[in-house]
Amino acid sequence: MSTLALLLTLIFVLIPLILSKTLQLGLEKDTLIATVRSIIQLLAVGYVLQFIFDSGNILYIFLMVALMIGAAVQNARKKGASIRGITWKLVLTFIVIEVLTQGILLGLQITPPTAQYIIPLSGMVIGNSMVLGILFLNRFTSEVASRREETELILSLGGTPKQAIQRSLLASIKASTIPTIESQKTIGLVQLPGMMSGQIIAGADPLQAVMFQLLILFLLLTTAIVTSIMLGFLSYPTKFNERMQVID
Amino acid sequence: MKQQAAITLQDVVYETEKNKIIHGITGMFTKGKITAIIGPSGAGKTTLFRLCNGLLSPSDGNILIDGEDILTFDPVNLRRRVGIVLQQATMLEGSVRDNVALSLQLAGKELKQDEAERIIQEVGLEAEILDRKSRDLSGGQKQKVSIARTLLNEPEILLLDEITSSLDRVSKQDIENLMRRINSEYGTTIIWITHNLEQAKSVADEVWVMMNGTIAEAGPIDILDHPENDAVKHFVMEEEK
Ligand SMILES: Nc1ncnc2c1ncn2[C@@H]1O[C@H](COP(=O)(O)OP(=O)(O)O)[C@@H](O)[C@H]1O
Ligand SMILES: [Mg+2]
Repeated sequence: MSTLALLLTLIFVLIPLILSKTLQLGLEKDTLIATVRSIIQLLAVGYVLQFIFDSGNILYIFLMVALMIGAAVQNARKKGASIRGITWKLVLTFIVIEVLTQGILLGLQITPPTAQYIIPLSGMVIGNSMVLGILFLNRFTSEVASRREETELILSLGGTPKQAIQRSLLASIKASTIPTIESQKTIGLVQLPGMMSGQIIAGADPLQAVMFQLLILFLLLTTAIVTSIMLGFLSYPTKFNERMQVID
Repeated sequence: MKQQAAITLQDVVYETEKNKIIHGITGMFTKGKITAIIGPSGAGKTTLFRLCNGLLSPSDGNILIDGEDILTFDPVNLRRRVGIVLQQATMLEGSVRDNVALSLQLAGKELKQDEAERIIQEVGLEAEILDRKSRDLSGGQKQKVSIARTLLNEPEILLLDEITSSLDRVSKQDIENLMRRINSEYGTTIIWITHNLEQAKSVADEVWVMMNGTIAEAGPIDILDHPENDAVKHFVMEEEK
């Protein structure tokens, strides 16, 4: 794509700006901020990736992944403010997800051990793990509140905290992973996934693009379920004290 | 002979960040007896039960069972020994059988069919109800199921929190008779929060009148006939109207 072509794409920013202005939607400021931020952020990432690919130093890969995890934790921790130590629980979850998925991908030589593969795949895994984490924490907080009486009933009859919170925990794990599973059922029918579209536009063989897309979909299934379960089991004990009482 | 205490409270205080709910209660529940707890709502009766069953811990003071502080007990054991039937009669999703079996299931045991039938009939329900969905039960039926599931833990002390509030007259009497029988057959200590003075007088040996987080008056049940405390006098008169 030429620079002129890229500049012309700004028309797609102008349209919403004009519409927002005439209809007084008040979206102009946010649209502009979003546009400027995406230009700066993506260009920065582009140059950084270019630099890493050229240098071939694997330390940069670690650094990049660490940055992704840091940003993901920063985003997700607000949703888990009611859970003690949520920051390190998220850090641990993202690290486990990353090590697990890259371990399988590289260990079984599914993908080559180069920055070109590791960084984008890690980005997708960590990004999705973050979204799942947020979904899970939202749901878990509301389940725990709405099932408070159930939880205390089970404790009162001599149940352990784990038994008492099991229903809230399972409901939240299920609710947070269902969108991932559901969206995969209709994929390709309604819309082509972004990465596959990008590859096809860039000139890749469609079947090659499909195979990569499948790899990613399967990767995200694991990401979704492992994230929810891990966060769940790390989080529930913080809802109780050492006398097995519910903490408000 | 000096009477033995099932539960002893020593200067028990319970407070949250915002307010003090129990203001230093000292007293004891006699072993093997039925004690009624009466008093206006908000007096702290339910909170006192939650302290005795270990769902809460006192902010100050001690609660003893058989002379030992309950803080030294494993919470799971404490809650099986001191059974509680909660005021709300919360049902878990699923069948009535699942709900009755809950106490045993939590202990990793199974509820046999004949055992399930026996306990459900004991609280005055038909065995057929076991296969119904718990959410389809009436308020009174839920109260009976929640009594049944606490009884299956065979507690040595039984805390009953307004368990007959949704029951009709006949069911109320059935539950009162059941509790008398459990008390006399197994020597179970029963502590019964009730709004019903008639019920208190008919089942209880002793009574605590609680007001504003303290014991206003306590003693043998006949103290209700001529209370010394003015506030208690007034409360009893209002309730008997
Ligand atoms: N979890 C809680 N947090 C704050 N206040 C509470 C809580 N539970 C009960 N209270 C307050 O404590 C007081 C006593 O409540 P409770 O023990 O339920 O009284 P009773 O059972 O005698 O009606 C009430 O004023 C109630 O509002
Ligand atoms: Mg109450």
